[in-house]
Amino acid sequence: MLEIKNLQVYYGLIQAIKDVSFKVNEGEVIALIGANGAGKTTILHTITGLLPAKNGEVVYEGKDLLKIPAHEIISHGIAHVPEGRQVFSQLTVYENLLMGAYTRKDKDEIEESLVNIYKRFPRLEERKGQYAGTLSGGEQQMLAMGRALMSKPRIVLMDEPSMGLSPILVEEVFDIIESIRKSGTTVLLVEQNAKKALSIADRGYVLETGNIVLEGSASSLLNDESVKKAYLGE
Amino acid sequence: MSFLSYLIRGISLGSVYSIIALGYTMVYGIAKMLNFAHGDIIMIGGYVIFTIMSTIGLPPFVAVLVGIVLCTLLGVTIERIAYKPLRSASSLAVLITAIGVSYFLQNFALLIFGADAKSFTSVIKLSPLELAGGKLTISGETLVTIPLCIIIMVFLSVFVKKTKVGRGMIAVSENKEAAILMGVNVNRTIAITFAIGSALAAVASALMFSAYPALSTTSGAMPGIKAFVAAVFGGIGSIPGAMIGGILLGIIEILSRAYISSQLADAIVFLVLILVLLVKPTGILGKKIQEKV
Repeated sequence: MLEIKNLQVYYGLIQAIKDVSFKVNEGEVIALIGANGAGKTTILHTITGLLPAKNGEVVYEGKDLLKIPAHEIISHGIAHVPEGRQVFSQLTVYENLLMGAYTRKDKDEIEESLVNIYKRFPRLEERKGQYAGTLSGGEQQMLAMGRALMSKPRIVLMDEPSMGLSPILVEEVFDIIESIRKSGTTVLLVEQNAKKALSIADRGYVLETGNIVLEGSASSLLNDESVKKAYLGE
Repeated sequence: MSFLSYLIRGISLGSVYSIIALGYTMVYGIAKMLNFAHGDIIMIGGYVIFTIMSTIGLPPFVAVLVGIVLCTLLGVTIERIAYKPLRSASSLAVLITAIGVSYFLQNFALLIFGADAKSFTSVIKLSPLELAGGKLTISGETLVTIPLCIIIMVFLSVFVKKTKVGRGMIAVSENKEAAILMGVNVNRTIAITFAIGSALAAVASALMFSAYPALSTTSGAMPGIKAFVAAVFGGIGSIPGAMIGGILLGIIEILSRAYISSQLADAIVFLVLILVLLVKPTGILGKKIQEKV
């Protein structure tokens, strides 16, 4: 579904992504793990066009994403839940959700999606008239995920969805990711919480300073000695 | 009674400042730049309306309409040619470019319309309203300006809050990257903002030159700067802030002119700005949204 081939990304003269290739198949949950600064966020930003690539290809269903302007990516079925939530604090919860459906024109179906999102996140319905800036961190994360789902994506890119959340909320966030997968949406998950990420993923890639150093099924990575030592704290 | 009449004149002048300030504040909010050429668009609007009315002889309504269309095109063109290529440049480069555009427009007008000041004919043919047995006279210009300002304000607030394009504007102004991820075309949103601001500048120029008819190539500069002050005064980036800032500024200016000194009126206006910024650096309605992390 999504294939990254020999990707190289620079910030000025600094090479953040050296040579990264990986694949996401339809229906999978793929975990991209690695330490801070390994380049996980950079990869997601390149996929959705926020950053330009120096070399390489990002192919999504036969289309070269690097040639598509950033604001058109979402209408191809790719939603991005950015790091740090990035909800619009001056818009209400309801208006934030509408922003998720910005490129959709089907009014009745948008209404239907909204009902579904409220069913999945009852807290958002309770707070639909509230400004997003007044929500708690956990609620903002739910809103960011709900907003992404409002675009009816076929694949969701999630950047550190559990960051800064209490253990109970982390649990809730991963439950939601599982339910997103169950509804048939593919997930590319970037996480520092490697243990949780690999526990729900099908496959995983380990990123170290701009290179993929290890890949395999999630269970094999969970049992890999070097992964255990470096990322699982065992 | 004279105080009341000064107050009304102040509100009227302030309404004009508000309409100009809206252009400043919306462009700042969305493109994060100070468009110092905004005042000169008012001047160009004034010349266009003057030429169509006095030289060609068409009715005021047509002249204002053409003025709005031409100013809108001018604003969008300036954005496209001068500012868009600098989207990722430093804000200083953009600021200097805006000042350059401002001088360009003034000298361009000098070349086309000549150096001699023109006397603008009012586009408003409404007769003045006499109240309290002739003690209080409200000019036709004021009778049009104040309600029009309120209508524009209400319309813009509803537009920004209730339409998809408007929500896109708020999204871009708050978080450009997140707005792009939602599918908002940032370039188009900025162009729309310039179009709205420049159309409002044309409306402001029709109202302002009707009340203050001296039209020269630099007559957009001072109201432009005062409207910028009004926008900062009310809280830059805020639409109601521009409105409140503009009206307060107009009142302060007219009252200082009437009761203190007409030479010092402008100085007092800027002094008030300095005082407000010392006490509340974000302006009266400056945005300081509570954000939990």
